[in-house]
Amino acid sequence: MHSFGYRANALLTFAITILAVMCAIASFSDNFNSPSPTSQVQVLNINWFRNKPDGDDEVSMTMNISADLQSLFTWNTKQVFVFLAAEYKTRKNSLNQVSLWDGIIPAKEHAKFYIHTTNKYRFVDQGSNLRERDFNMTLHWHVMPKTGKMFADKIVMTGFRLPQAYR
Amino acid sequence: MDWEGQKVAEQLMQIMLVVFAIGAFVTGYVVGSFELMLYIYAGGVILTTLITIPNWPFFNRHPLKWLDPSEAEKHPKPQVTTSVSKKKPIKK
Repeated sequence: MHSFGYRANALLTFAITILAVMCAIASFSDNFNSPSPTSQVQVLNINWFRNKPDGDDEVSMTMNISADLQSLFTWNTKQVFVFLAAEYKTRKNSLNQVSLWDGIIPAKEHAKFYIHTTNKYRFVDQGSNLRERDFNMTLHWHVMPKTGKMFADKIVMTGFRLPQAYR
Repeated sequence: MDWEGQKVAEQLMQIMLVVFAIGAFVTGYVVGSFELMLYIYAGGVILTTLITIPNWPFFNRHPLKWLDPSEAEKHPKPQVTTSVSKKKPIKK
């Protein structure tokens, strides 16, 4: 500590070490938050449902998506990425996931939302398996913290079924 | 900066940074603002820099007391008798 440079170096090193420790504790403090998010999806209308010329089924629908993800936000949350996927089982694949809608929630104030929308991304099956198909709507989210590990979770909503005939 | 000053500067630096870190973390956590925590800590680091890095007169209150030159001359440094004794005598 005898010279200006040595003192500056010691201070900078120690200050950054402490900052790293603070970030680690902040990340750890997220464990004390036990979120209780809720979500609801209604399919209002099947706009059209067809078998494309290449043989794949495609459906377009209008939905109401409402969710309350406010409890996911802590002081260490930067943003939350959320997407709605249709999930169903076919003979060939035990799990098919088709993303229908997504969004980025930048702040807690926007985490309680209600959206009336058609599917943002095309709902296409690999084959013609969609007629009379039971499927789940699953709301997935990825929480991006300011420091620490990103984590993901989901809510599964069951009881959706596609119509029997193309229209 | 004298010896005592260096010791005080180092301890002051460590204590101030830790205290500011704890204060910043608690405030940030209670208010729920990560940014506030960073700003308080950054302020603490700058304040600590200003206090402990420059060579303030405060750190120079314990100067080393060297012997007066005239006093040193009265007691000359004992001369080491450097003859051949440094090297190991080679066996003949």
